[in-house]
Amino acid sequence: MVENRRYRNLVAYLVLGMGVAIVAFPVYLAIIASTFDAGTIANGNMPLVPGDQAGINYERALFTGGRLAREPVGMMMMNSFIMAMGIAIGKIIISILSAFAVVYFSFPFRRTAFWVIFITLMLPVEVRIYPTYKIVADLGLLDTYSGLILPLIASATGTLLFRQFFMTVPDELLEASKIDGAGPFRFFKDTLLPLSITTIAALFVIQFIYGWNQYLWPLLITTQSSMQTIVIGIKKMITTQDALTEWQIAMTTAVLAMVPPVMVVIFMQRLFVKGLVETEK
Amino acid sequence: MAGVTLDTVRKVYAGNVEAVKGVSLGIEDGSFCVLVGPSGCGKSTLLRMIAGLETISGGEVKISDRVVNEIEPAERDIAMVFQNYALYPHMSVYDNMAYGLKNRKTPKAEIEKRVNEAARILAIEPYLTRKPRQLSGGQRQRVAMGRAIVRKPQVFLFDEPLSNLDAKLRVQMRVEIKRLQRALGVTSIYVTHDQVEAMTLSDKLVVMSGGQIEQVGTPSEVYRRPETRFVATFIGSPPMNILPGRVEGPGLVSVGGQMIKVTDMREGLTPGSAIEVGLRPEDVQAGTTGTSTLTLDVDFVEELGATQLFHGKVAGAEFVVQASTGQLPSDTRDLTLSIDADNVHLFDPQTTKRLGVA
Repeated sequence: MVENRRYRNLVAYLVLGMGVAIVAFPVYLAIIASTFDAGTIANGNMPLVPGDQAGINYERALFTGGRLAREPVGMMMMNSFIMAMGIAIGKIIISILSAFAVVYFSFPFRRTAFWVIFITLMLPVEVRIYPTYKIVADLGLLDTYSGLILPLIASATGTLLFRQFFMTVPDELLEASKIDGAGPFRFFKDTLLPLSITTIAALFVIQFIYGWNQYLWPLLITTQSSMQTIVIGIKKMITTQDALTEWQIAMTTAVLAMVPPVMVVIFMQRLFVKGLVETEK
Repeated sequence: MAGVTLDTVRKVYAGNVEAVKGVSLGIEDGSFCVLVGPSGCGKSTLLRMIAGLETISGGEVKISDRVVNEIEPAERDIAMVFQNYALYPHMSVYDNMAYGLKNRKTPKAEIEKRVNEAARILAIEPYLTRKPRQLSGGQRQRVAMGRAIVRKPQVFLFDEPLSNLDAKLRVQMRVEIKRLQRALGVTSIYVTHDQVEAMTLSDKLVVMSGGQIEQVGTPSEVYRRPETRFVATFIGSPPMNILPGRVEGPGLVSVGGQMIKVTDMREGLTPGSAIEVGLRPEDVQAGTTGTSTLTLDVDFVEELGATQLFHGKVAGAEFVVQASTGQLPSDTRDLTLSIDADNVHLFDPQTTKRLGVA
């Protein structure tokens, strides 16, 4: 039996290892490519060990940008960062408040309100893109951060997540708060919010990455290069018309684009696990 | 300190479900009142209406002569202990106890004084900085009580506070609650479905069933003279035996042809009419020393350690006799039971009311 188990473990690790390789190899390749000059990549014989052009590539990407676009990646990253943060934070605020209303208050058409929120799950940006564009344009929000952020804040995922969580909070906590003289907002602030930290962290991770990876919406509503996000920037670098694609800069940008989401996951995961271990209801 | 008065209090839920059907009850200042009954009898609903957690559909609730129907829970000057303790999981024990006082803007020094005092009374001083999850069930229970004590309320409300504890701890906490209530002298209303808790804790025992009060009295009154068949079988463990019988004459009934003398029997009952005869398992003895006798067909014997339960049939009806271990041989098949006329309870088979001396 022991032999058998060892053999099975080996197979399991082999399969897992292959999975990791498939996912990780392209990333590794991007990192390697960001350390060579354009010629080495273009001739098709790029080595699999890092080259010596990293400093030059990263400096150029961050502060100057590609040869044609001439938009520094640093600025694009800042735009993406503002957008992703705006979406994540805005969504958390809106959804925690709407879930609070739907779960803890009885008002006319509460059920209807909940279902209306629920239905928006079926209407992602891609589906409602024309009306949304029209509204944003009419409000004069094209080429602004608000225009980038606001339409993506409104969706049901967060509300549903918080609603599910609030339903698991025992009613007695609310009742105890009532007897302790805490009104609805004090209950929210003193009890519900501290208990929701882990849910908030989870939602933040999901929404930050969702916001960071947005492509279609920023592509539509930003025209000025100063409002460009990094995802669009990468795309622009790859599709050049006449000149040779500067793969080393594109790869450098891609690597840079990965950094903030990875940081968010690493940082938040700690809080996430800590919360999971500590929370008990 | 204050008493609590309920005047035809009703609770009707959506769909016309009447959970509490017009309950009137006076609870004296400083007394310990226990509401007991099976689940769904409306006892918790009643308590929650007193607390202000449920709206009152009809009638009036008064706390120390003030009608509180429309008053917020926090303003009613009550404190409540919940079944699952309902401690704030993210706050320390100290903050759990202090939270209510902070919300009413009590000065910091006063809060500290009161929390420390409560902690001393409940012996939870070493745990003040801990979080509730780091405490055992019994300690959490104490914190929940501490949270109630620091408020110095006029009334304590307990909603099955011991049912999440294991049996041993339950007995211990029961004693402590009683001692605490005596020491503080605060009017207390306690809801439980456990009749032992009800008997041991209460000054005033309220037995409820189907949204109505069945009987109110001291524990011994309720035990000695149950007013309805429901109370008779609900209070006391094992429950009272109920046998089908016949009225034979003044002070005399029969069960399966065997005559039984009764002290507490209403006058003017028609001889020959059906009647229910109640006998507590602990009130019947083996032998012939009493005023009447019955024969029991023993099926099996349950050993409880100090006592034995003899299960069997009397005149075709289930019957249980409790006897001290060793008093009777365990292999007894037929048992002659001796009954004292003072221990016989009679009930009307139709109304289930007691047919005692008016």
